[in-house]
Amino acid sequence: MPGSSGRGELHPRSGENDMALDAERQRALIAQRHGGTTRRPWAIVDRDGFPYWLVALAVFLAWMGYRIATNDRYNEGAAFIDDGLITTVRITVFSFLLALGLGLVAGLGRIARNPIVRNVARTYIEFVRGIPILVMIFVVAFIVFTSVNGWLDRPNRSSSEIKFIVAIGIFYGAYLAEVFRGGIESIPPGQTEAGRSLGLSQRQTMRTIVLPQALRNMLPAIGNDLIACFKDSSLGTLLAVGEITHKTKLYGGTNFDYRAAYFVLAFMYLSITLVLSLLVSWYSDRLSAGRAR
Amino acid sequence: MNELNDPATRSVPPMVEVRGLHMHFGSTYALRGVDLEVAQGEVVVVIGPSGSGKSTVLRCINLLETPTAGTVHVDGVQVNHKKADLNAIRAEVGMVFQQFNLFPHLSAVENVGLALRHVKKLSKRETAAIALAQLEIVGIPEKADAYPRELSGGQQQRVAIARALAMSPKVMLFDEPTSALDPEMIKEVLDVMLALAADGMTMVCVTHEMGFARGAANRMVFMDDGLVVEQGQPRELFEHAVEERTRQFFSQILKH
Ligand SMILES: Nc1ncnc2c1ncn2[C@@H]1O[C@H](COP(=O)(O)OP(=O)(O)O)[C@@H](O)[C@H]1O
Ligand SMILES: [Mg+2]
Repeated sequence: MPGSSGRGELHPRSGENDMALDAERQRALIAQRHGGTTRRPWAIVDRDGFPYWLVALAVFLAWMGYRIATNDRYNEGAAFIDDGLITTVRITVFSFLLALGLGLVAGLGRIARNPIVRNVARTYIEFVRGIPILVMIFVVAFIVFTSVNGWLDRPNRSSSEIKFIVAIGIFYGAYLAEVFRGGIESIPPGQTEAGRSLGLSQRQTMRTIVLPQALRNMLPAIGNDLIACFKDSSLGTLLAVGEITHKTKLYGGTNFDYRAAYFVLAFMYLSITLVLSLLVSWYSDRLSAGRAR
Repeated sequence: MNELNDPATRSVPPMVEVRGLHMHFGSTYALRGVDLEVAQGEVVVVIGPSGSGKSTVLRCINLLETPTAGTVHVDGVQVNHKKADLNAIRAEVGMVFQQFNLFPHLSAVENVGLALRHVKKLSKRETAAIALAQLEIVGIPEKADAYPRELSGGQQQRVAIARALAMSPKVMLFDEPTSALDPEMIKEVLDVMLALAADGMTMVCVTHEMGFARGAANRMVFMDDGLVVEQGQPRELFEHAVEERTRQFFSQILKH
């Protein structure tokens, strides 16, 4: 087993959103513990005071957007690259849905009473955590898919996009499993006991009592992983999946205008990431304010 | 089975019957052979020093803990039996916890209705009607839509009682229901319990509220070190305890 896994290791796939999200998560947990909080438009405002960083980023993005809109070369690059946006979004959505499913199953498996189930879940998690995402993508595309198609006696004709989605899904599933486990374990046992004492089955107790509460605690962490997953969709270029990073490489390579191409690409990632990050903050805040379902 | 030999229990079987209950956690013993009978409609108050096994007895009655040895019958059905339908049994035994254990993500009326909906499979309308009626019984219908954190401790505990009562249990178990409450809120919870007792509910209450014991209990059971040391009518036990440990315990709780 590769080392004991401390809590800090849970999200090695981190990016520039982490500071804001960590603050937000802490705040949400504190609010939960101390019973509620007044609702504010952005959770981030509560802790760090006025969000100058947000203004700075917005100004920077506005300047980038203005350049792209007014400069013909940049404009032309953007028109080519944005064909890949749908693919990027599709990859993110499907791989993250797969990751959520795998994460829930593996997270529940991790705390199951049956030792076989526990060990299967642990094996999956540790296996994935022992492999860099880049290698994971090649392992899934060139080993897993080839083998599975071989066993099933099927021609190995799955599209690279499918292979890539599966690879990313398996990868993030392992990290989400730990998020789910932590979230479920953060709910006091008295909650389960109260549910069971009312005659609810274990499954009903999990579904109606533990998971809804755990989800609130986990939301910032899940959002964090969603954003990381979105950014990692850029690795699709390794399998020549036509998402925005790949489109950018193609554009730069044919027009020899790498400067314009990557300027546009950075703008796209940064703006989408910022929007996602704010959405996550806003939604977590709404949930921890207690009314939303 | 030995209850069949006892003429007193043959006609009206006790609602709760605990025989030779042993419970150990690893190497530490919580219970070392507890016998306890609670007749239908009887109110039994269990007292004893911290760690004497009071909570464990209650938790064994609705199988939150599985006893190491011994038997527990509720209304004639052995609950710690391999083939027992755990969920069905638990639905018939109401439990009220020291820490309330309300579901914080649900409003008061949803807390009360949750099991009606998912265990009794009642319709939304029936569930809402019963849940509201229960909140009325515990005296806080106006808080139906409040979330637990918006309620005082006393109100939370009353919602917890309503939640247990909504399932129409055959017996109610209370584990120090007022110990986590500020003094001014104890009475509102005890009043609900008194009304419940007067209404004929079978109750097993772990509590050190001697006023409640005197006013409502048919019997008081003193536990120490995993055993029932002594039991009797509250006044009798209070004034004429035979065992030294019991007298010592009374003098300790009276000091406060
Ligand atoms: N889950 C548990 N694990 C280990 N020991 C326990 C557990 N529950 C209770 N005990 C032990 O069993 C004994 C009786 O506990 P309890 O029934 O809670 O006593 P009381 O309610 O009278 O204070 C104590 O010594 C306690 O430490
Ligand atoms: Mg106790």
